[in-house]
Amino acid sequence: MSVLSEDLKNRIRAFIPKYPRKQAVTLPALHLVHDELRTVSNEAIVEIAEILELHPSEVNDTMTFYAFFKGEGEKLGTTRFWVCRGLACMLRGAYELIEHCEDKLGVHCGHTTPDGKITLEFAECIGACDGAPACLVNDVHAMNVTPEKADQLITELKLK
Amino acid sequence: MPTYEPVLLARINKPNSGKLEGYRADGGYATVERALKELKPIDVVTQVKDSGLRGRGGAGFPCGLKWTFLPKDHPGPIYLCVNADESEPCTYNNRILMEKDPHQVLEGIMLACYAIRSQKAFFYVRYEYGDAFRALESAVAEMYAAGLLGKNILGSGFDLDIVLHRGAGAYICGEETGLIESLEGKRAWPRIKPPFPAIEGAFRKPTIVNNVETLACVTQIMKRGKEWFQSLGVPPDPKNPRDAGSYGPKLYTIAGHVEQPCCVELPMGVTVRELVEKHGGGVWKGRKAKAVNPGGLSMGYLNVNTKLKDSDLTEYDIPLDFNGPGRVQCLGLGTAAVTVIDDQTSMIDVLHNTCQFFSHESCGQCTPCREGTGWMLKITDRLRRGLGRKEDLDVLVDVADRIGIMPGTTICGLADGAGWPVKTAIRKFREEFEAAIKSGAKSKYAKSLAMAGAH
Repeated sequence: MSVLSEDLKNRIRAFIPKYPRKQAVTLPALHLVHDELRTVSNEAIVEIAEILELHPSEVNDTMTFYAFFKGEGEKLGTTRFWVCRGLACMLRGAYELIEHCEDKLGVHCGHTTPDGKITLEFAECIGACDGAPACLVNDVHAMNVTPEKADQLITELKLK
Repeated sequence: MPTYEPVLLARINKPNSGKLEGYRADGGYATVERALKELKPIDVVTQVKDSGLRGRGGAGFPCGLKWTFLPKDHPGPIYLCVNADESEPCTYNNRILMEKDPHQVLEGIMLACYAIRSQKAFFYVRYEYGDAFRALESAVAEMYAAGLLGKNILGSGFDLDIVLHRGAGAYICGEETGLIESLEGKRAWPRIKPPFPAIEGAFRKPTIVNNVETLACVTQIMKRGKEWFQSLGVPPDPKNPRDAGSYGPKLYTIAGHVEQPCCVELPMGVTVRELVEKHGGGVWKGRKAKAVNPGGLSMGYLNVNTKLKDSDLTEYDIPLDFNGPGRVQCLGLGTAAVTVIDDQTSMIDVLHNTCQFFSHESCGQCTPCREGTGWMLKITDRLRRGLGRKEDLDVLVDVADRIGIMPGTTICGLADGAGWPVKTAIRKFREEFEAAIKSGAKSKYAKSLAMAGAH
């Protein structure tokens, strides 16, 4: 049985006409699958490769280059919570903030809370240096994040 | 200096600054309409070339000149890749433009595509810029609906499509050939040059890669004229035959230990001191600055207390134009992202953070970069744990000197970028490093998992 729904496959196919080659749809396809399934399993890789007329190893090669994507055996929580540790954030307390979030969530960076709600990660500069220390909640910036603000964000995410 | 009225950032505080209606009310798209009707593509190329616009992405290559490298009379397709994979720490100027005034950038894309005879632009946006991506999506949709994209735009016979493409969090995608490989659906391994992208780029077709701020400048140059652009900034240094001048306005981002981190637009040539004290609100908490990173991590560090030769001025007074930071051993202007480090911060922590970044972001293709950045991280990690050896500093400088495109051992410039902060930090703050090694003092972060290289 297919791991990608027909709707998801159609959304991947919709990208094909935008590019001169089907392989260029690899990143858009990985994003779509990753967003929906919270992982890109080996079966999903095979199915993406079929749509794009590639060998599965080509999709796998690209996917594993970007540490962003979670592969076989890994799964993201409902929300990704990144704490930036870039220089501007480090100077304004990012390391303390990472430790605080690890304590608060009870997991180290790279891991998901047992209830599956939040995956905590560190990021290498998210381009929000005017609001350092900054976090990224999925793909939305949270600026000037104090430990209190982090607690509030985490509480809101846990309620969802 | 008289007060400068921002041009690139003129609209960012307006309500709905990202909407087509507002942009048109401010005269938007009149420039491209005029260009399509009255100018030939070569006229646009010439005007941009004559303006002296140098790319704002970091390398400062003359923009119009790059456009002329495309093969003449190529049957096409020719592509434009817009580089919005701005990932150099402390750099966020492109994000402001894309979030707040996307149409200004999109008009620049239209002008650039018309100039280089491209009918397709790929807009590569880093993943972390979700709000910018959505602002662009909505702006592009408005353009299609208004006939500003698609076939026969404004009845001129010119066709153009813009494809928005999201990255996946990798610094190397900001390198132009890494970006192209990533766009093609592969790992973002930079390509050996030549061939340069202008000859063989995306999908093996002639391709121009331009930065977002560069394209916003194209809009303004075509709107206001090359004379306006040349009236701002700094002319070439007669003592430096390789200096092509630093014309026009520039977006400077100020971050780190300042009271008010912000992005400001000023003519090229403003000093670090002025940026920090006048625009950044000064060093935070009433402290003093110790070091400044003048243009993104890879440019190296300034020691604000070091006097310039035959002068009362210090490295704090270096002008931020394409020629300025190079005079004090830094790599260059880079992205003009100014990061201030106060006098209570350990340079060992700063350098460790820097090495951690480059080691994490090295794509791994070239052995000297992959191994060298990791080696420098290991040494700086040892230093912050209070286990430094007296030969460590020389080894660090030696490694930093030997990896990279300058000695010719790597394909792209990442390793050079990783080496420059190491060289400048140790040369300019050697006493601090030596004292730490001698005393065996540990960094306050030494036990922190957050600072571990990997997890």
